[in-house]
Amino acid sequence: MADSSWLSKFPKMDRSTLLEIRKTLDGLYRDFSREYGDLIESFFDPLLDFLIWFEKLLVQSPWWAVLICITGFVYMASRSKKLSVGVVVAFLLIGYFGMWQDTMRTLSIITVCTLLAIALGVPIGILMARSNRVQSVVTPILDVMQTMPAFVYLIPVVMLLGIGKVPGVIAVIIYAIPPVIRLTNLGIRLVNKEVLEAATAYGATPMQRLLGVQLPLAGPTIMAGINQTIMMALAMVVIASMIGVKGLGQPVLKSITNQYFTLGLFNGLAIVALAIIFDRTSQAYAKRTQKHVQGGHHD
Amino acid sequence: MTNQQNKPVIQVRDLYKVFGKHPAKVMPMVKEGLAKDEVFAKTNHNVGLRSINLDIERGEIFVIMGLSGSGKSTLIRHFNRLIEPTEGKILVEDVDVMKLSPKELETFRRYKMSMVFQSFGLLPHHTVIDNVAYGLSIQGVDKATRNAKAHQWLETVGLKGYDDQYPAQLSGGQQQRVGLARALCTDAEILLMDEAFSALDPLIRSEMQDQLIELQKDLNKTIIFITHDLDEALRIGDRIAILKDGNLVQVGKPVDILLNPADDYVEAFVKDVNRPRALTVETVMRPPAHRLTADTIGEALKEMKRIPSNYAYYINEDGFQGVVCQEALEEAAKDDLKAPMDEFDTEGVEPVLPGASLESIIPETLEADFPIPVVDADGDLQGELSRTHLAGVLSDFYETEETQQSEKQ
Repeated sequence: MADSSWLSKFPKMDRSTLLEIRKTLDGLYRDFSREYGDLIESFFDPLLDFLIWFEKLLVQSPWWAVLICITGFVYMASRSKKLSVGVVVAFLLIGYFGMWQDTMRTLSIITVCTLLAIALGVPIGILMARSNRVQSVVTPILDVMQTMPAFVYLIPVVMLLGIGKVPGVIAVIIYAIPPVIRLTNLGIRLVNKEVLEAATAYGATPMQRLLGVQLPLAGPTIMAGINQTIMMALAMVVIASMIGVKGLGQPVLKSITNQYFTLGLFNGLAIVALAIIFDRTSQAYAKRTQKHVQGGHHD
Repeated sequence: MTNQQNKPVIQVRDLYKVFGKHPAKVMPMVKEGLAKDEVFAKTNHNVGLRSINLDIERGEIFVIMGLSGSGKSTLIRHFNRLIEPTEGKILVEDVDVMKLSPKELETFRRYKMSMVFQSFGLLPHHTVIDNVAYGLSIQGVDKATRNAKAHQWLETVGLKGYDDQYPAQLSGGQQQRVGLARALCTDAEILLMDEAFSALDPLIRSEMQDQLIELQKDLNKTIIFITHDLDEALRIGDRIAILKDGNLVQVGKPVDILLNPADDYVEAFVKDVNRPRALTVETVMRPPAHRLTADTIGEALKEMKRIPSNYAYYINEDGFQGVVCQEALEEAAKDDLKAPMDEFDTEGVEPVLPGASLESIIPETLEADFPIPVVDADGDLQGELSRTHLAGVLSDFYETEETQQSEKQ
């Protein structure tokens, strides 16, 4: 009778075995991070230097100079006066409510994360579009990256690199990079077959096809991916603040633990303002560069 | 190159194409002659082309025609190896296209062949001028040179002033003109046109056909033209190949296809063709029955009396002069038998050109009392065309007799 107990109870492994597995894995990883942690950390040193330099630049420059630069950049990209005025008003309000420094820190880390995500994501997306095999390997990894709770992969990153800016950047990138990879892949795969065939028929090399046809035509889709990546990076700011990333996330974290509703709301609104600025600017830029495609009165 | 003048530009030898995972395994079955449907049912492989042998001559417009799924687009993509064959050889000016390395293939595509696509295949993010110059930019020609050339071609196809527009701003016909200009801009000898005019509305299509024929007079390129429209094939083709289910059914001149269809499949096609438009006078005319070559009215009357008809064509050293009927000749003979024939008033029948379509000469033929003379550009009498004969050619009833006739010629 005792033999059939698996019918009423799920046959699970011994508590001791499970403990053993956990201990072994934790031990292995701990050894690994002790052994190679410094090496890996030094590998990220240039990134850290850049992060610190960029943050200093934004935080220590006079606020009006930074504001002029940001507004100028937004206007260059979007060619929209309305949006530029909106940017000025938003940043003046943020400064007036005393969140200038935190906003600059967040802005700097988001900018770096986005640039890194594009630099890594677009090439991966291109590789995926070229080979079905790569696609079938990368797609499930992206699924995991997008669904795995952020805290879970924060643990090994922190164990390896400690608390600070670099692990924050890595965490943000892991969370935010999937859209740009997916949409680069999709955009290239959706490029009109006949246009690509025409390029081939005229003797274009694979590189000429990629740079002259595939990437430009996939442009709007890739831009949509970049836009999503920026939004997701901003959403990660609060979580990243838990591992020591300074910026708008930390006051929000403080308000959760101390139940400061107004403080949380103000900083939350500042994040929203940044998100809207990023979103509208990148969309206006994408639309402007794709004008010719819809630009006609014919069908 | 002169020694190659008479050799076919493109030779296709025993070309097979099977689509699927393991085409090589299916090949024996295909070679045994199993039908396309059977092969597909048994192996899930699709037979694209089967045992294609073709010679395409320099300077001709060679039309490959077939319904959708007949393999015509597959075949044209073999010429520049956009599709790899399962078996077989393609020689372009004695170069085996299948043996080219990727680098050589790129060079081959840049300089030897250019292509026009059904849905144009223009780069939407480039201006019209950049699209036309695309082939040259791939070749690495500098911007000033290629734009100057592209500009010229744009003018030739009738799109002067559209340089800085984007393709989306143009109509379908204009876009295909850009496609044509792009193809001509590289100066490649061979032009592949994949259903180039099929996406255009009928009026624009016939306009483009005329333009192509007009351009070809000056360019003398080797053009391979794919179409599913027999009217189009007959109109522009010097020779036509008909494909069915990946098999070559018939290759021949338009008249051969029209008057001697190889099998029921071709015949079914031919039935719907607008014959008066497709056939030219020279393909159906008969040799002129009666000629007068006399110098004076008297001698002419003598000649006339010997022939079993009351009319004849008067010809002198300068060629065809006009139609003479017996009554008028007798009338003139009463006045002066010695009068020279040169001064005789011939009947008012306008001769027609051998290259004219039957459609254009129907009214003249029906109104004339005599078979109308067919006279070439040099003024020489080539043949005659009577209204009964014309009516016969245009009706199915006459078909078999006509077929025998053209075989004898």
